[in-house]
This record gives sequence, structure tokens and C-alpha cells, in this order.
Amino acid sequence: MEASPACRLALCLLTSLAAQDRTPRELVWGGDAEGGAPFVEADPANPAQVRGFDVEVAARIARGLGGRTARFVQVQWSSIDQSVERGDFALGLSGVEDTPARRTRHAVTIPYFEFREVLAVRPADASRIHGLDDLRGRKVATLGSTIAYDLLLAARDSTGIIPISYDDDVHPYADLVQGRMDAVLLDHIIAQRALRRRGGTGFVILPTPVAVGYYVGVLARADSALRDSVDAVLREAMRDGSLEQTFRRWNVWDESQAVLFDRVLREKATGAVGTARTAGASQVIAYVPSLARAAVVTLLVSFLSMTLAVMVGLALASGRLYGSGWLRVLTTVYIEVIRGTPLLLQLFVIYYGLAGVVRLPAFLAAILALGLNYAAYEAEIYRGALEAVPRVQLEAARTLGFSEMQILRLIRGPQALRYALAPMTNDFVALLKDSALVSVITVVELTKETAIYATNVGSWVVPGLLCAAVYLAMSLPLARLARRLERRWRAA
Amino acid sequence: MARRVTALLAIDRLCVRYDSRDVLRSLSLDVARGEIVALMGPSGVGKTTALRAVAALQPFDEGRIVVDGFDLKPGPVPPESQLEPLRRRVGFVFQSHALFEHLTARDNVTLALRHVWGKTRAESDTIATTLLDALEVGERAGARPNQLSGGEAQRVAIARALAPDPALLLMDEPTAALDPARRAALATSLRRLCDQGRSLLVATHDADFASQADRVLTLG
Repeated sequence: MEASPACRLALCLLTSLAAQDRTPRELVWGGDAEGGAPFVEADPANPAQVRGFDVEVAARIARGLGGRTARFVQVQWSSIDQSVERGDFALGLSGVEDTPARRTRHAVTIPYFEFREVLAVRPADASRIHGLDDLRGRKVATLGSTIAYDLLLAARDSTGIIPISYDDDVHPYADLVQGRMDAVLLDHIIAQRALRRRGGTGFVILPTPVAVGYYVGVLARADSALRDSVDAVLREAMRDGSLEQTFRRWNVWDESQAVLFDRVLREKATGAVGTARTAGASQVIAYVPSLARAAVVTLLVSFLSMTLAVMVGLALASGRLYGSGWLRVLTTVYIEVIRGTPLLLQLFVIYYGLAGVVRLPAFLAAILALGLNYAAYEAEIYRGALEAVPRVQLEAARTLGFSEMQILRLIRGPQALRYALAPMTNDFVALLKDSALVSVITVVELTKETAIYATNVGSWVVPGLLCAAVYLAMSLPLARLARRLERRWRAA
Repeated sequence: MARRVTALLAIDRLCVRYDSRDVLRSLSLDVARGEIVALMGPSGVGKTTALRAVAALQPFDEGRIVVDGFDLKPGPVPPESQLEPLRRRVGFVFQSHALFEHLTARDNVTLALRHVWGKTRAESDTIATTLLDALEVGERAGARPNQLSGGEAQRVAIARALAPDPALLLMDEPTAALDPARRAALATSLRRLCDQGRSLLVATHDADFASQADRVLTLG
């Protein structure tokens, strides 16, 4: 039987696509432009394009792989490993650190840049802080899921410092200057960039590094052949001076890079990929205390926020129903503004935006932001529930001599509570999950701790399942209790 | 010249308008102590509106209402804080009963006694038991409104309105949910209440029930 023209056309297209796939003309690489210069940043002249030394390294690698062009894919920095493994791009570059864990789970290139983990402190502290040992009981900030964070966790046990994890590398320095943090431990490139942004004031970088690390490219485990090709290109770039030129262009070249290049070029290519590590029972057990601590933080943040939301929500609903004209307008504006803007934005405004006026501790800021946000939703639930109580009952109460306050307390409120119970339970479960957002202001709760765990073990399967189980264990009993109460009240 | 007001309830040329439409035009009536007065007339003639104006549940535009010396004037309804003397004197039984859904029949009766009129729980319970028994719903004291029949809910609503011992009871269509036997029983109960000196102003469509009243006033 002869194929139809449409089938032949489809077959032809598929064959042509398959051929293209065998000889790719571009190298798709992933990085995080939010990390900014000098790694990867949006080009101010053309924000659709990126620039930075990692962009040039990627372009050099692409050229060396048979004249390919490099195509950038944006990915969150902490997700580079997972994304490269699932095939979103072939090569991850963006200040990716060389760690034993990464080497065991992925195909990792030779190191192409040496960085130093340096401490930044306020100028007033520079004379008495010389290293981590001098920071006992003090808050030291860094980026989560990094070598620096691991160093701080290790130091927590030995020196008693308090590690604080951030999702970005800008706010740790802002909080250091404002006094929320006592020190910041990060790569020297990041520290120097932060200092330049502040005009060289606000903090100082201690001269003695805490540790030394290397930036590498990361590929999927199965791509070890491509990794070997990338290594060859990187060696060539070290030999022909193109890598040095790139680093000099971005003002990150120093003598330690020359030493690194020399050492790398003398070493034989290893090409080995370690045995993939999965989250074994011992690793799960090791993380249980951290997850339990984070679950307690999630519960505390959620309960305290909900309590605040209920109190403020009741006041707002009462204001809308019983208040004078201006109070009704004021409460309506509050509710609409809060409901119409993202919770994440409110978190940033309360924690960072208000820092010039009042420097709230992160935990308090988290509760305030979540509580005040959910209060707007609670207010509308309570208003609806209060208005659902038949008006004739309120009139009957007036004829019996009850004051408005008594009517609210004894007649309207108790009935409204029954109407509000189901949506309130929904809101609490939603809040429990939204509490994960507070990690952006350094509160390490369940989801954040799980992300750290997942990064360390290189898989989301076990950490994800554990995290989901804990969330369910917290939310299901609540939903059950609410259903039981509803049933009891309905029966009554 | 305005009429002299001497009865327990005196309504003098009462006018109520909604959107410049006359709902009630120049209603005048007196109710003496111990008297039952029935207000009759077709739907929309203003029977319920008149009762609501007397109970200060809605404003009126012209005229005057005096309840046992307490004077209501045209204009907005006064705040509850100024209506305490009226609330002591007037009870209201709504057509839909308007029982508090979250409370038992007994608690519906005792709630105002305890929280408004300062009675103890024991005193309130005694009053509630007496009234509910008198209205033949004593056995249903522990039931909630959604567990009561229309007739039972009606009698609980009457007991609740009577609990503070008002001098005047306003009733809106009290027989709407009752079968003929219950209507007759209700008429007997109400007559007994009035024999104790209480006055009743009843809005009704029920001619048989109205015939039990001392006086019938037909509106419209």
C-alpha cells in the first residue's frame, strides 16, 4: 500500500529533524541571569541578550565544538543540576561550584576558574573578626545550596555560628550593612561586586580566605562524551589564552587563575564519572532532624500568621459592615490592595522595604506579611458569612433589646463562624503551603530545607516525597477536624 | 390639631413612603391595655410596615407613634441605645419566626433575659419553662429551630417575645404556618395572655382568627 502525500511529507520532516539532531549546530547552555555580572547578566544595551564571563566561556566552548553557536536558557541557579539532567540544556554554567557530590551525580568539566570564599564584615568589626572562629553565636549569611553554606553548617556545630541562607547574593550584603547580619561568606567575585555597588563602603572583605573552590561546567551523567569534548575545548582555551582574555575583560583575572590553568594542563584527563549517589536510608535519617526543625518553623509561622489573619480579618470585616463611611472606604482599600498584589512583593516590602524605618527580624516579618495578607481574604470570608445570617434574625434580636455588639457576639458571630469554617480551613491549608515563600527572607522552613536536602542528595524523589508527607501530616488532620465540626454543627 | 394620646399604643396619621410611593397613608389607631386589635387588608397595604414602624425597625415619614408614653417621631430610626424603654414595652413575633438557628428553643427564650434584662440562668430557665409549657412546646425545649415544625417554631417565637414581659405584643401573620386546629388553640392562648393585661396588635389575612380580636381594622 502506498503512503499518502501527507504521510510522505511527515516522514520527510521527521527524517530531516532527526538528521539535524545528529549534527547539532548550537550548544544549548543554561545559567541564571539573575545572578548578574560578571557571571551572566542581561545586556543593558539589549536585554534580550546576556553577557558575562560565563557567557563568553559558553561561546568559546560552542565554537570549539565544531563551530557551534551558544544558545542561552534561563534557569534558576539552584536548579541547574536538575535541569541539565532532565535535558533542558546540554551544559550548565553560571558560577557552578565543583563539589564531590556534584561530581558523583553528574558529568562535570575540568575547573576553569578558582574562587575564594571570603568573609565580609562591617568596618567596625574588621579589627576583631578574622575568621569563622571569631563569629561564635553571630549570624553569618550566605547563598543557600553552596559550598559556603556547607562550610557554615559545619562551623555551626564546631564554633556555634548561626548560618542564614538567602536565595540571592545581593540581600546578604544589604542586611550586613543594616546590621541584621554580622558577616557574609561568599565567593570573592560576588563580594567584590557587592562592594563596588556600594561605592566601596558599608563593609570590608577580610583578606584571608576561608576556603578555595572552583567553577566548573555541569552536564548530564549520560553526556560524559560531550563533557570530554568540552574539557578538551577548555584546555585549548587555557593554552591559547582566550580564557585569560575573557577573565581579564571582566576584571576577574588574577595570578591564582594562572596557577590553576597550569595545574589543569599538567593533569591527565580523568573523564571519570562517579557512582551516582541516591538518597539512602542513612542520608534520610541524617536529614530527619533538620526536616523536623523546618516543619516546626512551618507550623509556627502558619499558626501565628493565621491567628493574626483571623484577628485582623475580623476587625476588617467589622469595619466594612459596621464602620462609618471613611472606615468602610479604608478597609475596602486595604482588602483590595492586599488581594491585588503578590504576597512575595509584600514580603519583600515588609522585610527589605521597611528596613530603613524598622528593622524587623525575619521571623516576625514573615508572620506579619503572611498574617496581613491572609487577613484580607479572611475579612471577605467573615463579611460574607456575617451577611449570610438572615437579616430577620438581627431584627428579632433588636426587638429583644440586644445591642449591636451583643448581636454580633451572641447571634451573628456564632452562626457566621459555621458558615466561615470550611473556607477558613481551606485558607489555613493554603497558608501552610504559602509559608514556603518566607524562605526568600531567610526563614528556613520545610520547603527550603527540602530544597537544600534535594540539592545535597541530587534528587527530588525522596526529599519531595518526605516533604509532601510532612505537609499532608500537618494539613489532613486539620481538614478532618473541620469536617467533623461541620458535621456536628449540621447535626445540631 | 393632633389627637390626644392616652391608649397603650397610639398611632396618629402614620405615613410611610418608599421612593415617594405611599406604602402607608395616614394610619391612625389606638390599642387599649388588654385589647386585641387585628389589622386586616390585602397584601401590600402596609400591615407589616405599620408593625415594623411601631417596633422601630423602620423609619416613617409623617405622624406619631406613642407606646406607653414612649414617643417615636418621623425620621431615621433612633439608635438602639435610645430605644431601651420601647424594647421593654414591645415584643415582636415575625411571620418567619426568626428564631436563632444556633440555639435551642429554650436558649432562644432565655438569651435576652440573661444578656439584656439581667436575669440569672436559673431565673431565665424558669421563665422559659413556664412560657414554653403554657404554649404547649415544653417538650421541645431542647430542640433546635430546624428540628421544629412550623407551628412549634411559631409558639417558641411567641414565648421568646413574651419572655421580657412586654405590655404590647406585635404579631405578623401568626397563623400563616398553622392548621385550623392550631389556629383556634393559638387564639385561645393569645386571649389568655390578654386577660393578664397584655395588648396585642396582629396583622393577619385570616378572617376567622381576626374574628377572635376585640377590634378589627381593615386597611386599604
